[in-house]
Amino acid sequence: MTATAVAPPVARRRSPRASTRLTIGGAVLLGVLVLIAIAAPLLAPHDPETVIADQVLGAPSMEHPFGSDALGRDVLSRVMYGLRVSLLVALSSVVISTAIAVPLGLLAGYFGGWVDTTVSRVLDMILVLPALLLAITFIAILGPGSAVAALAIAVIYLPILARVMRSSTLVVTRNDYVLGARARGAGHLRILTSHVAPNALGPVIVQASILSAFALQLEAALSFLGLGTQPPTPSLGGMLSEGRDVLNQAPWVEIFPGLAIVLAVLSFTLLGEGLRRAFDPRGVAS
Amino acid sequence: MTALLSLSEVEVRFGGEDTANAVDRVDLDVHRGEIFGIVGESGCGKSTLANAIMGLLPDSAHVSGSARLDDREILGIGEKELRALRGDELSMVFQDASASLDPTWSVGDQIAETIRAHRTISGRKAKSRAIALMEEVGIPDAAGRYGDAPHRLSGGMRQRIVIAAALANQPKLLLADEPTTALDVTIQAQVLQLIRRLRDDHGTTVVLITHDLGVVAETCDRVGVMYAGQLVEVAATADLFAAPRHPYTRALLAASPSVRTESRRLATIPGQVPGPAEQVPGCRFQPRCPRRVEQCSVTPARVPLGLTSAACWNPEPLPAAVAEGLR
Amino acid sequence: MSSRLQFVLRRLLLTIPVLFVMSIIVFLIIRLVPGDPVRTMLGFRATDENVEQVRRELGLDQSWLTQYLDWAGGLLRGDLGTDIVSRADLGELLAQRLPVTFELAGLAMLLAVLIGVPLGVRAATGGKWTKRLTEGFVVFGVSIPDFWLGIMLVLVFAATLAIFPPSGYLPFAVDPIENLRYVALPVLTLAIGEAAYILRTTRSAVASVMNRPFVSFLRAKGLSERRIVGGHALRNAAPAIVTVIGIQVGVLLGGAIIVETLFALPGVGRMVVTAINQRNYPTVQVGVLAIAAIFILVSLLTDLIVGWLDPRVSDGAAT
Repeated sequence: MTATAVAPPVARRRSPRASTRLTIGGAVLLGVLVLIAIAAPLLAPHDPETVIADQVLGAPSMEHPFGSDALGRDVLSRVMYGLRVSLLVALSSVVISTAIAVPLGLLAGYFGGWVDTTVSRVLDMILVLPALLLAITFIAILGPGSAVAALAIAVIYLPILARVMRSSTLVVTRNDYVLGARARGAGHLRILTSHVAPNALGPVIVQASILSAFALQLEAALSFLGLGTQPPTPSLGGMLSEGRDVLNQAPWVEIFPGLAIVLAVLSFTLLGEGLRRAFDPRGVAS
Repeated sequence: MTALLSLSEVEVRFGGEDTANAVDRVDLDVHRGEIFGIVGESGCGKSTLANAIMGLLPDSAHVSGSARLDDREILGIGEKELRALRGDELSMVFQDASASLDPTWSVGDQIAETIRAHRTISGRKAKSRAIALMEEVGIPDAAGRYGDAPHRLSGGMRQRIVIAAALANQPKLLLADEPTTALDVTIQAQVLQLIRRLRDDHGTTVVLITHDLGVVAETCDRVGVMYAGQLVEVAATADLFAAPRHPYTRALLAASPSVRTESRRLATIPGQVPGPAEQVPGCRFQPRCPRRVEQCSVTPARVPLGLTSAACWNPEPLPAAVAEGLR
Repeated sequence: MSSRLQFVLRRLLLTIPVLFVMSIIVFLIIRLVPGDPVRTMLGFRATDENVEQVRRELGLDQSWLTQYLDWAGGLLRGDLGTDIVSRADLGELLAQRLPVTFELAGLAMLLAVLIGVPLGVRAATGGKWTKRLTEGFVVFGVSIPDFWLGIMLVLVFAATLAIFPPSGYLPFAVDPIENLRYVALPVLTLAIGEAAYILRTTRSAVASVMNRPFVSFLRAKGLSERRIVGGHALRNAAPAIVTVIGIQVGVLLGGAIIVETLFALPGVGRMVVTAINQRNYPTVQVGVLAIAAIFILVSLLTDLIVGWLDPRVSDGAAT
């Protein structure tokens, strides 16, 4: 027994309350943002695409709290609608990716052998290119747009999520209750759906919520490059790109959409970090 | 004989006032040039005591009392003084040698590093001194193995390297915390032999911490028995085995396969060691003790009892044969 | 043969299939475009003759195997093809663009390491306030998208304080000082996010080393905390830090695409984005190929460095 072993190991870990606070903080922030996004048509004071000639680059005022852009459009309303598009693309990309990765990782982890080798090798190919470059390549082929951006982001995350599912499946499969079910003569499908999958999903959900933060940044980056959501549909990244030329005269056109992205990314990061500390203290998902 | 290390009322506590002491009022003199064994079950506080002497406990530990090395106080002194002491006059060897060496440094450099931490000496001289030390602890082809990474050596060889590094500056006192537990039995014997030989050659005083009474019997001149943080009995090794006076010592000897004394069957001690949150007043062994008396809720001092000294209000009787010899 | 040499050779051989897969992906870019890629490229006003001529020029009228062999053979000979819009030789174009991207990414990574590693060590070994401040920096660096950070830097340092130009580029060879003024904001933009990741990795790697038993032995040998951290903890944490730096080069290259567009730097990333918007597929291919090749080579280099830093890896021993 050494000095380090004497100190209670629990003291070094963060208290469960800290992780709960993080999760709740992230969830509340995310809830508010999602609510704003869903209720944008009701909440937005103006139409996000209506051009008002005498409001070009108007400074923030009571009428336009976030000011107005180079075409005289209300920035607050555009941020609300932009949030809608950004969250939709980010979330759907993660959902698509998870939906494909879970069965792949499950099969690879449960059956092992050639199934595992094939799945792992094919997914490894995706990792040959840096993430953003892969997304851009995808868009180069299929053409720019929100749906293609969501698909491209989904493909990038496929190997990460599948790998997490695979390793947590491996852990669960070794448990006695799975061996017991097998000994009782349960079929593979039954074991997978009622014993393995429900217990192996935790780390994947944690990882998915962490990846949502990155998905949001990626969507904004692609739209900023003109490869994601196309104008005139407002998107947060697109607004930043449009406002770049008028930065000196009207910084509000750049500041508010950027803050919205930061808040959304932060909410996912907090939620993911909190969930990770709560459900995955050993860090399988990191 | 004079005491090289003198402990008085050493206490260590982790956590608040309501937690039990991990080391409880330990008084002990370790004589110059002897190998002193501290034996006890895991969790009895023997490693904590060694780490307290080295000043290696985490900041969360509350340490009190006094420890004098060569009449110099070493408990509660500043980090800088402590650093000058460690690896020079005072050294320590830990249980798992594989884990004690930095895997990215060559074994030779890790010995030379200790020398250069305390002596102003050229790199070349430190290296040749390190090679000499490697030869002394019995590493074959020492010069050739100087540059090897630790994982290229066997467990026994790694423990020899650790010992060489600990002895590099000829310390007065070596604390060896379960130095052989992680090794095979044959290698274990070789390493113990090495420790004995180094003591004989250099006069280094050794405190050997172990849970293995066989190791004590084979290596130590005197031995102290610890239970739940208290040092319950101290004696010359042969005397302790022949005439244990503390009921715990006796139970421990009866439960040990390597030095079974009386009965054929291995005995077990009923009950459990108290946890850190359990406050047992007085002698901590009393809830499990077959010889408990009323006074036991007051902590007994360790008093000389014939051949040994034990902290017990109602000590075991002296075996007849031993009593005969004493007369 | 020594085990180290074997390790290097094995790692070099592993790069070949990776390069092959990458070349297939890049090759497929133009072939997978829905409909007629040449028609998409040239627009609807192009004449049928024109379309046929470009199709022949790109070899799209042949079988895919012949096409791949011709294309890959051309690459190996250094023939990268021609830009459809400007008719420029793509090899020459790339030679102009690559140094800009190298300068941007290289300086950004250097700055990120110089910020991230020392702060990470501090965060692992320091007190409560050091830990809180560095944690704040990590959350800041990870949550802020680099393009928005870049815009805010322009707002402060270019628009308001006028210390640095808001966009544009001058080659180093033409005017070193002006060159550095032009790349200062782009480099800072990229470096802050990277520094946060490197800080986080360094912090956890050093902290986990400091918990290992050999650190107790180092203390027992009388070494100062400074030497333990500098000579041993950092040395043991180095493979983990280098690995993450290698992975982060991929992220940095992605970031370079954005930052080059944001600051109008004439690098490979901006070339790719412009080419995608112009449906200029051969140029897209060359740009993607170049960035992917850099990424693969950096991964190779990273693994070799890690093998050199950690003798157990190159000895093939369990870690």
